[in-house]
Amino acid sequence: MTAPTTEAPSAPMPPSSKGTPRRPLPSAPALLVKIACLGVLDALVLYAAFVLALDEQWLIVAAVLLAAAAINWVYLRRGMLSAKYLVPGTVFLVVFQLYIVVYSGYIAFTNYGDGHMGDKDDAISVLIEKSLSRVPDSPAYDMVVLERFAELSFLVTETDGTAMVGSDGKPLEPAEGAKFEGGRAVGLDGYETLDFSQMLAQQSQIAAMSVPLSEDLDEGALRTPDGAKAYVYSASMKYDEATDTFIDVETGAVYSDEGTGAFVSEDGVELMPGWKIDVGFDNFVAAFTEESIRGPLLQVIVWTFVFAGFTVAATFAVGVFLATVLNDPRLRFRRTFRVLVILPYAFPAFLSALIWSGMLNSQFGFINQVLLGGADVPWLTNPLLAKVSILLVNVWLGYAYMFLVATGALQSIPEEYVEAARMDGAGAWTIFRRVKLPLLMVTMAPLLIAAFAFNFNNFNVIYMLTEGGPQDISTDMNVGATDILITLVYKVAFGETSGRDYGLASAFSIIIFLLVAAISIVGFRRTKALEELN
Amino acid sequence: MEPITADPFELDTALSPVVNPQRSRARHVGPSHRRRERLGLISKYAVVIVTSVIAVFPILYIVSASLNPNGSLVSSNGLFSSIDLGNYIELFSNPTQPYGAWFANTIIIGLVAALGTVFLGALAAYAFSRMRFSGRRLGLTTILLVQLFPQLLGVVAIFLLMTSIGDIFPAIGLDSQLGLILVYLGGALGVNTYLMYGFFNTVPASIDEAAKLDGAGHARIFFTIILRLSAPILAVVGLLSFIGTASEFVVASVVLTDPAKQTLAVGLYQFVSQETSANWPVFAAGAVLAALPVVFLFFLLQKYIVGGLTAGAVK
Repeated sequence: MTAPTTEAPSAPMPPSSKGTPRRPLPSAPALLVKIACLGVLDALVLYAAFVLALDEQWLIVAAVLLAAAAINWVYLRRGMLSAKYLVPGTVFLVVFQLYIVVYSGYIAFTNYGDGHMGDKDDAISVLIEKSLSRVPDSPAYDMVVLERFAELSFLVTETDGTAMVGSDGKPLEPAEGAKFEGGRAVGLDGYETLDFSQMLAQQSQIAAMSVPLSEDLDEGALRTPDGAKAYVYSASMKYDEATDTFIDVETGAVYSDEGTGAFVSEDGVELMPGWKIDVGFDNFVAAFTEESIRGPLLQVIVWTFVFAGFTVAATFAVGVFLATVLNDPRLRFRRTFRVLVILPYAFPAFLSALIWSGMLNSQFGFINQVLLGGADVPWLTNPLLAKVSILLVNVWLGYAYMFLVATGALQSIPEEYVEAARMDGAGAWTIFRRVKLPLLMVTMAPLLIAAFAFNFNNFNVIYMLTEGGPQDISTDMNVGATDILITLVYKVAFGETSGRDYGLASAFSIIIFLLVAAISIVGFRRTKALEELN
Repeated sequence: MEPITADPFELDTALSPVVNPQRSRARHVGPSHRRRERLGLISKYAVVIVTSVIAVFPILYIVSASLNPNGSLVSSNGLFSSIDLGNYIELFSNPTQPYGAWFANTIIIGLVAALGTVFLGALAAYAFSRMRFSGRRLGLTTILLVQLFPQLLGVVAIFLLMTSIGDIFPAIGLDSQLGLILVYLGGALGVNTYLMYGFFNTVPASIDEAAKLDGAGHARIFFTIILRLSAPILAVVGLLSFIGTASEFVVASVVLTDPAKQTLAVGLYQFVSQETSANWPVFAAGAVLAALPVVFLFFLLQKYIVGGLTAGAVK
């Protein structure tokens, strides 16, 4: 029933180049379908290449075109039959699976995350922007906001009464032919002057604009809080390109690029945002040496093993036990019982977990209120009890699968074996322990490994029941008592309470991958040995 | 290798009258033995009944909660104390929780991903089963090894990839359901392919040979013979893939951000975790409706699924 992959029956060989008697020509409709599919594909590819070229992503353009050419070649020439069948799935496999693996590996070696999203140039412009503050005692200019081709500009009346126009990042220049009203410029040919409600609608864009006074950015820029008055702002941080440093004009502090992905002052103060750099093994080193990460991480790893290991052992035990009990032909209504007993497996697991989280709610839940008569047991909020609850719920979720498989496996055990053992005077327990269990293990050992690997990453149960909580308050990290590795990855990468750290999260992913791979390989090796023994 | 076993329950009931050691032995033993056997049977009933109650209870509870008109978690504790369909109406009428949209999204994403998975997987399985080419073993091994890195481990990379795709092609980038389907199809060649590969191997090659002699091409053999003879396994793979996609949370929650575009797993989770107590009865109604089709399909295809489970996980 569960022999390893057997060889295919000696299947017909694909026609080789020589010696093929005749190969039927494809029928006309089939050919049409093929050409239509390739045509649609090529059209999409050309469109994609065009858009990518506009974006100057030359490397990707080349990759897309090459891949498309290869696909056309495979389908338009005769032969290479296997490739024709393998290409469609392989394309998806390469882009959304293999590439994801490689890319995860790459991210694990960067500091990608909050504060390190873009490249260095982005960081520099954001830092300058952020340090803008109003120059003390600088004049206030009358102004209106203009719009042309969906671009906003400021029309500013200088103190000497001349009108100047400029837009975000584009310095002021004299506005020829501006219309004045009471000494104040209010309009310009070719532009529309925004009224109050139009300004309200675009409030945030207007507030974010800064219009340089002149080509020299150090002179400062105009910004407006209300669209009627503009004030001179200047940056307190100046970037010196020659030395690649930031200088704080007010304090005189110098921040330089020390290769850590941010500008750092001599006393170690970092300017945020920084930029994305490769950090080598830093994420992995930090995971196992930095006290604030190592403690919680080790605890999470241990719990992940306990969770997956206990789940597999307990579901296996319950499932086999039930299968043995329900295998007794003297029981009546066996079919009905079987349907009832496998319901937890048929019910979507994420919903079951959410239902259990409601039933285990310490204040209002069914378990405390009804079964325990108004008790206040903190099923999901006490660190230890939460772990116990999760294990119990996961046994509820998983035993039916083991039951189904064990039922099939038990029934495939030849009755003679059992009968022979009985003849030799073996009791029920001995028969189970010495005859049935070893035979069961042959069938089920690979399933147990697969179940272990699955539960190792059983995100839904943990997240739906407790979200990994209760929170561990002894550490800064956003980690709770029931977090397993994969929920930790999710929290570190997308958590709302702490900053996002894609680099560290990916490093955790890689650690999970290595652990699961090692266990699976060792496990499958040993079960293979088990199979050969029998 | 027989990937689809017959329904073990059928097998069992067919065999049991013939070989029944307990009963045949009972004839030769004394009354104390008989009493012990009786006790054993009673304790077996006890085990089975207790397990059934534990198995069914949470499901009965949520059905009762969904019919309870007094909207809170506490009032849901009175099982079937009153029955009312108000929660189901509320479920579809409140725009802050677009349940109808979530349901439709889940069905559409699940169906398209399942169909795609079956089709892509069947194509590959056909090649592996019927053709001999260099790299065949390598291909099979690669598909197996890739399973060690499930997509949810790469969720960060998927998020960043979808973000950059979305900058250029918004139609398949972040917050696009089509994009999410494409991501799911990345896992199409996997355990499913193995399942189908194993099944295709059991379809006798002589059938292909006969068809070939009659002038059928490889595509015709694939579509009209192999696929038709393998309908059960295609159904199982489709169903398993549909259930997997419909309950997938991690990738869906990261890729889809607009509430109206989300799936049931993400939407219902966020709905109930925002305010557990107040939203409970409406959530209960949503959970019951969401689970119904899955439970129904499961029992419909049960005997195939059981066989598929064993065979699939073995490899």
